[in-house]
Amino acid sequence: MGPVLAGVLQLLALIAALALAYVPLGTYMARVYSSDTHWRFEKWIYKGIGANPNTEMRWPAYLRCVLAFSAVSVVFLYLLQRLQGHLPGSLGFKAIDPDQAFNTATSFVTNTNWQSYYGEQAMGHVVQTAGLAVQNFVSAAVGIAVAVALVRGFARARTGELGNFWSDLVRGVTRILLPLSVVAAIVLVACGAIQNFSGIHEVGQFVGGHQQWNGGAVASQEAIKEVGTNGGGYFNANSAHPFENPTPFTNLFEIFLLLVVPFALTRTFGIMVGSLKQGYAILATMATIWVGFIALMMWTEFAHHGPALQIAGGAMEGKETRFGVGASSIFAVSTTLTSTGAVDSFHSSFTGLGGGITMLGMQLGEIAPGGTGSGLYGMLVMAIIAVFIAGLMVGRTPEYLGKKIGTREIKFAACYILITPALVLIFTAAAMALPTPGHSMTNSGAHGFSEILYAYSSAANNNGSAFAGLNADTQWFNSTLGLAMVLGRFLPMVFVLALAGSLAEQKPVPATAGTLRTEKPLFTGLLVGAILIITGLTYFPALALGPLAEGLAS
Amino acid sequence: MNNSVSNTARLLWAGLRALLVLTLVTGVIYPLVVTGIAQGLFRDQANGSEIKSDGKVVGSSLIGQSYNLPLKKGQETPEPDLKWFQGRPQNGLGTNSVNTQYKLILSGATNRSADNKDLIDWVTAAKAAVVKDNSVNGYTVKPSEVPADAVTSSGSGLDPDISPQYADIQVHRIAEKNGLSVAQVQKLVDDHTESRTLGFIGEPRVNVLELNIALKELAAKS
Repeated sequence: MGPVLAGVLQLLALIAALALAYVPLGTYMARVYSSDTHWRFEKWIYKGIGANPNTEMRWPAYLRCVLAFSAVSVVFLYLLQRLQGHLPGSLGFKAIDPDQAFNTATSFVTNTNWQSYYGEQAMGHVVQTAGLAVQNFVSAAVGIAVAVALVRGFARARTGELGNFWSDLVRGVTRILLPLSVVAAIVLVACGAIQNFSGIHEVGQFVGGHQQWNGGAVASQEAIKEVGTNGGGYFNANSAHPFENPTPFTNLFEIFLLLVVPFALTRTFGIMVGSLKQGYAILATMATIWVGFIALMMWTEFAHHGPALQIAGGAMEGKETRFGVGASSIFAVSTTLTSTGAVDSFHSSFTGLGGGITMLGMQLGEIAPGGTGSGLYGMLVMAIIAVFIAGLMVGRTPEYLGKKIGTREIKFAACYILITPALVLIFTAAAMALPTPGHSMTNSGAHGFSEILYAYSSAANNNGSAFAGLNADTQWFNSTLGLAMVLGRFLPMVFVLALAGSLAEQKPVPATAGTLRTEKPLFTGLLVGAILIITGLTYFPALALGPLAEGLAS
Repeated sequence: MNNSVSNTARLLWAGLRALLVLTLVTGVIYPLVVTGIAQGLFRDQANGSEIKSDGKVVGSSLIGQSYNLPLKKGQETPEPDLKWFQGRPQNGLGTNSVNTQYKLILSGATNRSADNKDLIDWVTAAKAAVVKDNSVNGYTVKPSEVPADAVTSSGSGLDPDISPQYADIQVHRIAEKNGLSVAQVQKLVDDHTESRTLGFIGEPRVNVLELNIALKELAAKS
């Protein structure tokens, strides 16, 4: 069997596994967020928080909880890193510098997991497990909570109430992310991912001398890193590191993990709005883009254009032997079309066009299928835009899921889609215009520009992967990328929750003969088109200077 | 005004309490439970899949190593010990702080782009070296036979594997340097070639450390 066929078969196996998980997980998650009963364990947690999980919140209250919880999280994680030198189990690592600690704290709280530090050289057991890994759970749960609030906005009528944030947060952790992670972590350990608390120690080598090993709770962190679409690696090499991703099977398994919740949430959505078909239409949109991008990626990576790759005879630079080109392509597309940002191969050494595909994936807003929760709400905002465009064409007030998309709603949606492109393009332009940020580039020419465009695309869209040649541990990059992550995460959430509140207040309008049928393939086509055209128009000039210039030259 | 300040304070206090409770659950209990299960059921794997040769631990079956001659005086990069099967390249990356040269202090890739001048030079030099090192009496390696993994660095910098093609072109050299027959060494490589999982997952590969351990045993016997 050739590598291309093996790559295609791996993709098909992945699709089959995701399809098997889709119905049970999607249905289960809908139950989780609709159920009236609290587990005893959860009641203890609510007592600890001092919150009543049954109080309904309107959108401003819901938003305030999201922001308060996230703000506290940033401060807590910042202090944990700053105090590292005094914490036990720190493996002798010192406090992280203020700018880097700020960057890392915002990075993990925003579900980005951009890393300007080297895991094995900077972070001890306590910061990794009790700081970073905790945010892997809660930032993912916050994302799902906001998505569920928006879905309730569609599902409910004549009320402004969107649910209870604390209950949504806690249930996301206890009922969805924790159980999945425990199972996933044990599978990963069984296959060779490490899970221990030993310190840095030396192990003998075959020809003499020693290798230096880090211990760590790697498998437990790896599991939630994928399930929560976080992506922050325990080690610098992330999921390329054999202790994080030891075998071809774990590689496919990790890709499955990072896709399973975002895809299944479309069913949760369908159930909660009372029409499975609406969920399928969203799923079909996500799946079309995802499969299309993988096909393009495999095509360009197997063709391995680019001088160094041509001499080498294959695009294996930055890729592991056990994964090869096919599986690495699937991972790269999946990680950049979700908000994961974990990598099993290094995107900077992909072909010029391959690197461009990873960048475009993030620039779509990470909605195919996107991050846990953030993918669904991002896609629903795009659906509103698509409905609006269709409404303009036929001259009707647009509706979606029985709700009128009026001036207020379309303003919120428009603000949402403007935020991340503005952050990406303005920060990239500023970094290119100033004299010093460019010194961080490893590569020159178009690819050097791509390193910076990639960095801001990754930060503002909360992805976290990198063209890692860029030395991002400078005050400029730590601060501006940190800012891009915070604004790129929470400003869109403001508009999503405002939109949810506005929708929940409306009374439903009955569907008529003139209503656009949003559960039909025609709408899926319209939605895919709207996403590609809007993103394409926004980013084409920037992409032309970077990956397109590099890809077309080779 | 006072009211809103106290409201905000109350909200932040609730947020902090939520974070602390969830830290206890996901940051303390969860990793400890997983560690307990891992150490109970999968002790070997959880501690790094250590591998022994002659009763001594010589590394992990998951982590690549270098098989070099000791550094000579005035040398900056050691020469490969051609008696042993060689893993993926580590030469030419000495100036890149992120590549570990298999020391595992720091994992990572070169991150050089496909049109990067350094990378072009490294790949070209690596290819020439593979051809030269492996062309021995009566056997010449053609440049077109050198697979991509033999001349490129991996993502982790710690790749434990090479492709079967790269192992195959090393067979004649290994046989000659160790006084073994080509057939013996080829059989060793074939026995250590792992095909795709279930026939389609990942790529075929040869674990270099396991292969070298077996080679050492074979050479000691004959």
